Amino acid sequence: MKATITINQKLCKSCGICVAFCPKKVLGLQPGKKAEVVDPEACIACRMCQLRCPDFAIEVIKNV
Amino acid sequence: MYTWKDYVGYDRLPHIWCSGCGNGIIFNALGQALEKMQLPLEKVVIVSGSGCFAKIVNYPGVNTVKMLHGRVLSGATGIAMANPELTVFALMGDGDGTTIGGNHLIHAARRNINVTAILGNNYNYGMTGGQYSGTTPEGSITATSRYGLVEDGFDACKLVEAAGASYVARTTAYDVLELQKMIIEATEKPGFAFIDVLAACPTHYGRLNKMGTPAEQMLKIKEGTVPVAKAAKMSPEELKGKLLTGKLVDRNDREDYAVLYAKMAKEARGE
Ligand code: SF4
Ligand code: SF4
Ligand code: SF4
Repeated sequence: MKATITINQKLCKSCGICVAFCPKKVLGLQPGKKAEVVDPEACIACRMCQLRCPDFAIEVIKNV
Repeated sequence: MYTWKDYVGYDRLPHIWCSGCGNGIIFNALGQALEKMQLPLEKVVIVSGSGCFAKIVNYPGVNTVKMLHGRVLSGATGIAMANPELTVFALMGDGDGTTIGGNHLIHAARRNINVTAILGNNYNYGMTGGQYSGTTPEGSITATSRYGLVEDGFDACKLVEAAGASYVARTTAYDVLELQKMIIEATEKPGFAFIDVLAACPTHYGRLNKMGTPAEQMLKIKEGTVPVAKAAKMSPEELKGKLLTGKLVDRNDREDYAVLYAKMAKEARGE
């Protein structure tokens, strides 16, 4: 895996921005739930989900 | 070594803004830019006024000051003049920055005050229910223009450019990497630096204008813009209704007000 993705359940407001813009469809969002990681292997560690999250809820740490 | 968490005040989150609100994305970019610049926490001041975006001062780990509605740049001017060692950010919504505080915007740019002003421009007064502001585009549905706005919003970048700002740029909340870069450039620029960030208010403007999910709104806002280099090759008809993005002004021929004032004071004292 290229990165470790953490989604803070307390901070996520389920806006879906991270899911819509992830270039590799790594993230998902079920109605009424918080964002979740559905395909961690596909992540390319671009961090765009973290940088576009309005709520500081996602952290992507590159695996070295 | 400070991290973005120190700058934004991570322990004080969650913030007050609605799900998908563009204000949070701008705040995120500011935190990332500050992490890259590594400015000492005690040397940074964030000034805001009233409205949704103004709530930003509740969180950061740096100094914060909250002014009256529209008076963000008056406070920022005083701070920048009293202590030129500080890095001063003026964070304003379009109501605060261009409508109620529009006069201060003109004069802060004219005087070339050493402040980095960031406009969170979401085309309405979000906090009071989505009334139109000075930047709301013609035809928009808002709480106070139910049948479509008959007047047109103005281009805040052109206004501050004409008034004499040293640095002017525009981007959208979708383009977060460009925004981070602009925040760093604007901070490092002496004199008045202004960044217009076009962002979504999903709760009011986006909903009333049927712009879809927060992500769809971000893309629609981006579609209404053209990068400045591309615009040079387009006709006036093609550019109608579009806002230019990128670095619009970057000049070095005007000194910052605090520097000129200090010089004058020295001369007056006969030093
Ligand atoms: S962008 Fe942030 S707040 Fe929105 S769904 Fe993703 S993690 Fe949650
Ligand atoms: S880092 Fe990039 S690829 Fe990985 S989840 Fe985030 S947006 Fe998707
Ligand atoms: S009302 Fe609009 S601007 Fe205010 S927090 Fe909600 S989405 Fe953001």
